[in-house]
Amino acid sequence: MSRFTYLIIGNSAGAVGCIEALREVDGTGTIALISDETRHVYSRALIPYYLEGKIERAGMDYRPPDFYTRHGVTPFLGKEAVGVDFDRKEVELAGGERIGYGKLLLATGGRPFLPPLPGLDRQNVFTFLSLDDVLAIEKALPGVKNAVVLGGGVIGLMAAEVLSKKGLDVCVLELAGRVLAPVVDETASALVEDLFRKNGVKIYTETTIKEIRGAESVEEVRLTDGRTIPAGLLIIAVGVVPRVELVKGTGIRVNRGIVVDQRMQTSVPDVYACGDCAEVYDFAAGHHKLLPLWPNAYAGGRIAGFNMAGRPRKYEWGTGMNATHFFDFYIINAGVNVTGDNADGYEIVSKLAEDRRSYRKFALKAGRIQGFVLAGEVARAGIFLHLMRKAVDVRAFQQELTKSNFGFSDLPDQLRWALLKDDVVLGVV
Amino acid sequence: MVLGRVILMGRVLVKPEVCIGCHLCEIWCAVAHSRSKNIIKAFTSEQPKPLPRVIVEERLPLTFALSCRHCAEPDCVFACISGALYKDRETGRVVHDRARCVGCYSCVMACPYGCVLINERERQVLKCDLCTGLDFPYCVSHCPNGALVYEEAADKHGGF
Repeated sequence: MSRFTYLIIGNSAGAVGCIEALREVDGTGTIALISDETRHVYSRALIPYYLEGKIERAGMDYRPPDFYTRHGVTPFLGKEAVGVDFDRKEVELAGGERIGYGKLLLATGGRPFLPPLPGLDRQNVFTFLSLDDVLAIEKALPGVKNAVVLGGGVIGLMAAEVLSKKGLDVCVLELAGRVLAPVVDETASALVEDLFRKNGVKIYTETTIKEIRGAESVEEVRLTDGRTIPAGLLIIAVGVVPRVELVKGTGIRVNRGIVVDQRMQTSVPDVYACGDCAEVYDFAAGHHKLLPLWPNAYAGGRIAGFNMAGRPRKYEWGTGMNATHFFDFYIINAGVNVTGDNADGYEIVSKLAEDRRSYRKFALKAGRIQGFVLAGEVARAGIFLHLMRKAVDVRAFQQELTKSNFGFSDLPDQLRWALLKDDVVLGVV
Repeated sequence: MVLGRVILMGRVLVKPEVCIGCHLCEIWCAVAHSRSKNIIKAFTSEQPKPLPRVIVEERLPLTFALSCRHCAEPDCVFACISGALYKDRETGRVVHDRARCVGCYSCVMACPYGCVLINERERQVLKCDLCTGLDFPYCVSHCPNGALVYEEAADKHGGF
């Protein structure tokens, strides 16, 4: 049985973040990685871009082909981890092989949630998360004229846009009253819905599928409101659930995801977790939660890596954050999603341009930005995330926040130079 | 393995008190990233028109230029979904590989300095490369009042 200083289960953003941090600190410890996929590390977030034809298959690779060798990583690809023995510090693979570890990172990710619908086993019913999904969709597309996307979240809408650009008649079904409800507020949702409708995509809210129909392949879906919609292709995009089966029942603390502290350690010594499978600290919300987003997976893996290598660091970086675009309309949001339903206790600073091409909204509590949405004009959005992360009191300049060219020059002198203290030279005159 | 601690190699610092707000750093940055490297040709005959990667912030009389800090802990790199942004371990530079950029703007969301800029025409991002391939950063060498300086520095700031 082989044993490695560091063992990672997973092969995506979290794993890469961990490996790159480990190698900044420890050039000699051995690293191995286990993935049930057979592929070189690729970016799931690029799936819509691949389907659209914007990038080639090779462009999906998240790191160069020599990534594992350059970082001294032994990859076990196409191998499924089926059990962990925390006492003996061993991971068991399907087939019985065992791999020992000194420190273990659980970066197992998430799997698409599949609602128990009659007819789910029909052909041309897909999820939209893995490269296998998108390759299968690509194969199925010729001859398909219409598609239904179940789920009006970021993933569902990106899928809908691409399918529509490919000439399909597309209909999005969303159970909530509006698309992107967990991500942005009512106004931003309305802008997005308008955009899709203007581009010929139908959006039906407050409804879902009751039954998937078709002889072998899906032909139509029947909705809970009685309507029937033709569908040569159905994409299920109603969310991602943490992949925690591997450690369920082992005694490791699992809530909705694997529970970790701010050092990304689980309740079991020498075992860490990050990414979509973990409940991590959200600095804006002030508590731990699922943050299944690419940047959080990478940054969480990075912090886990430093701690695994004996370099203590806290994860204070993460919160809900999305950079999305639909039909060339960009939206960047971060922090708490303050909507009409949870606005109590927040002061709102917002501005919707008359032509509706730009919308900016900031939700403040005690003068601190708790969440923001920029739609249409997103330049320099990171400054707001920075002000939020630093818990800067913005009251002295809060009316400036909605300016499209907001920058450091809009901050009071003292604050500006404090934030840029490493970047400017003052006192020269 | 070519590994080890990332060292911050260099970046452009600004002296706001002597910045006169002439925007020549923006002009010369665009020239540095033009095909001809000639200030007249770059703006009169090159298509697409070259764009700057530095911005001059203004709230008169205050003006100062800001460009990528090439952070030791680059949030833009952590957020990048394609691997187009990476920290070059040899030079310390935060590099943007245009060929791998899909224009998702996750880096725009992440950069605490607002220094990953948007190229609206190409639906991609633009950032300072410290004039890779040229002798010296053009914004620094062409600033008429010495308001920009190039600092060879050790690792001293991080995002975490």
